Amino acid sequence: MKHTIAVIVENKSGVLTRIAGLFSRRSFNIESLSVGATDNPDYSRMTITVQGDRDVLEQVIKQLSKLINVIRVSELDAGESVERELAIIKVSADKENRSEIMQIVNIFRAKIIDVSQRSMIIEVTGDEEKIDAIIQLLRQFGIKELARTGKVSMVRGARVIKA
Amino acid sequence: MSKMTGAQAVLESLKREGVDVVFGLPGGVLLPLYDAIYQSDIRHILVRHEQGAAHMADGYARATGKVGVCIATSGPGATNLVTGIANAYMDSVPMVAITGQVNTWLIGKDAFQEADITGITLPITKHNYLLRSAKDISRVFREAFFIARTGRPGPVLIDLPRDVTVDEVEFSWPEVDLPGYHPSVRPHEMQIKKAARALMEAERPVIYVGGGVKYASAHKELFDLATKVNAPVTTTLMGIGCFPEDHALSLGMLGMHGTKYANYAVQESDLIVAIGARFDDRVTGKIASFAPRARIVHIDVDPAEVGKNVRVDVPVVGDARSALLGLLKEVGPKPKGPWNEKIDGWKKDYPLRYIPDMNIIKPQYVIEKLCELAPEAIITTEVGQHQMWAAQFFVHRDPTKFISSGGLGTMGYGFPAAIGAKTGRPECDVIDVAGDGSFLMNSQEMATAVVNDIPVKVAIFNNGCLGMVRQWQELFFEKRYSATILGRTSPDFVKLAEAYGAVGLRATKPSEVEPVIRAALAVDRPVIMDFIVSPAEKVSPMVPAGATLSEILELEWCDEEQLCHLEKIYAEGRREVLGQEGF
Repeated sequence: MKHTIAVIVENKSGVLTRIAGLFSRRSFNIESLSVGATDNPDYSRMTITVQGDRDVLEQVIKQLSKLINVIRVSELDAGESVERELAIIKVSADKENRSEIMQIVNIFRAKIIDVSQRSMIIEVTGDEEKIDAIIQLLRQFGIKELARTGKVSMVRGARVIKA
Repeated sequence: MSKMTGAQAVLESLKREGVDVVFGLPGGVLLPLYDAIYQSDIRHILVRHEQGAAHMADGYARATGKVGVCIATSGPGATNLVTGIANAYMDSVPMVAITGQVNTWLIGKDAFQEADITGITLPITKHNYLLRSAKDISRVFREAFFIARTGRPGPVLIDLPRDVTVDEVEFSWPEVDLPGYHPSVRPHEMQIKKAARALMEAERPVIYVGGGVKYASAHKELFDLATKVNAPVTTTLMGIGCFPEDHALSLGMLGMHGTKYANYAVQESDLIVAIGARFDDRVTGKIASFAPRARIVHIDVDPAEVGKNVRVDVPVVGDARSALLGLLKEVGPKPKGPWNEKIDGWKKDYPLRYIPDMNIIKPQYVIEKLCELAPEAIITTEVGQHQMWAAQFFVHRDPTKFISSGGLGTMGYGFPAAIGAKTGRPECDVIDVAGDGSFLMNSQEMATAVVNDIPVKVAIFNNGCLGMVRQWQELFFEKRYSATILGRTSPDFVKLAEAYGAVGLRATKPSEVEPVIRAALAVDRPVIMDFIVSPAEKVSPMVPAGATLSEILELEWCDEEQLCHLEKIYAEGRREVLGQEGF
């Protein structure tokens, strides 16, 4: 089972290592991890997707909370939060199939951010399934390169997770 | 406050934290710090190997309750501390380790004697710091001591680059402000009420006590609670001494080499009240069949321990002392009942025992004699058979007087730990119970003991082998003694003592044991007692790894059938949990 947690940490060097080290030492499986500064530059926010049952999730949260540089750990319920990933995809494209690719891009409300003689770069955001779906469709044209962020997530409505 | 160098700021910080003794060994990058130590009134104990410094700081901390401090230089000095830090981490010992580091501009350049010690110690410290500026020294030291001694205690490492100790700084002493650190202390009242109710309702309760009670200095409250409700108490290796073992309610130690009656009581219980203990595999045996009919109350200061290894019915997160005080208020007195009678019966039927011998020294006999002649001594141990005998046959009454490497199981721990303990409590006799294998792992510290006039006593249980592993080979590997027979390859320990300027004594037969112990206790110098003990002796009783606690066997009284059964359990266990619980 997959769980998403938001972790507010002190924005200091070495904090990512502490968290990654904790996951490997305790044999927790990180599915994806993304990190960036928050509105307050003293803190960063990580969104971590972990694989495991409730007991594993509970241990992950408790062990993370023990780290001195971790300010807050919250589980994000998938049903109550919005989740986004971003991918940029370089696909083979020539004048024969360019319009077909553009149609797919439009359907997914993705963007073309670079075009050359033989390729295009497509930018797409959405939840994991959407990104998987467009990648699947673009594969027929030949994906030359793919870069994908981890998931970022936020609870809908009034609830706020910050330091 | 006046300007000072970073090194002086370190010393000032240590002074403000109440540190009066540090254990260390200098090196190139530490020259400025050691120059400041030279000019300060802090007591510096020069060790002969940095591992010794870490264990001494650890032993000092366990004996005094204060934060132990060790110092090592960059690179190899720092890496030599690693075992000692890991040991302190596993046993939750408050410690601050200070390591030298190369100049900040050389970090990452593979400079001479550079090691990434903060990276290396990441998983074995409660927290660690790499200082980059002298202005951070006082804040970081204050935080480090605070983190080390609060909540669940543990080691904190501070890596100190050379230039940081040279730079000038205006000294200040800022309050600790750690937004991500909330060592929870006060347990939730509702949970205390639930735990109290469970205890009152239970017909067959067992209180299971670990090192958390020792660190919270909660042994008096534990005594009051146990005697108020007449609940039997068993301790882990780390909890030894938290409850007086000569008391009627004491079950002694539980687990792999615990007493039969402790293990029977746990398995038969309808309520386990775990206090400051973590359900380690050596304690629970096969986890799936651990205390099958018991509800579990788990009191621990570290929320991550609650529910980590076993399912818990009443979690109580908080300091053991506050929790026990809370429980004491909630529970009414409870008379002794059939459960106490049953336990008394087990205690009578299955006492800890061994087969005495008139001609050859039995190790258990030496422990009994030590206990008789030095009942108030601080006992430290190395790791192995002698450690278990010291746990079993010494009658422990004081949690600060049994100092042993539990979680990590570090051979070579006991002797430097004894030096640390004696440094902190010079008025106590301190005896390291050692094996001929373990002692050699840090025997160089005899120089430290002699030079610094720290009169610790070492009792070597010399059986000519790495006894605990040999015991397993005998039982489970058809007596193929692979690499466990030391025979005559060990040095003459009497001569070794004398070579260091210490006193060496030897006992080769039972009648010599008492005179040797008396002579050792009478002299105010470091002493090695070399007891030539029975090489065949096994630690008993025993629960093989992977077996249920009630499958405990007395090895010396086993018949062939029971031994076969033991082997079968072990083989099954190994298949089931290969790589997890196998020895």
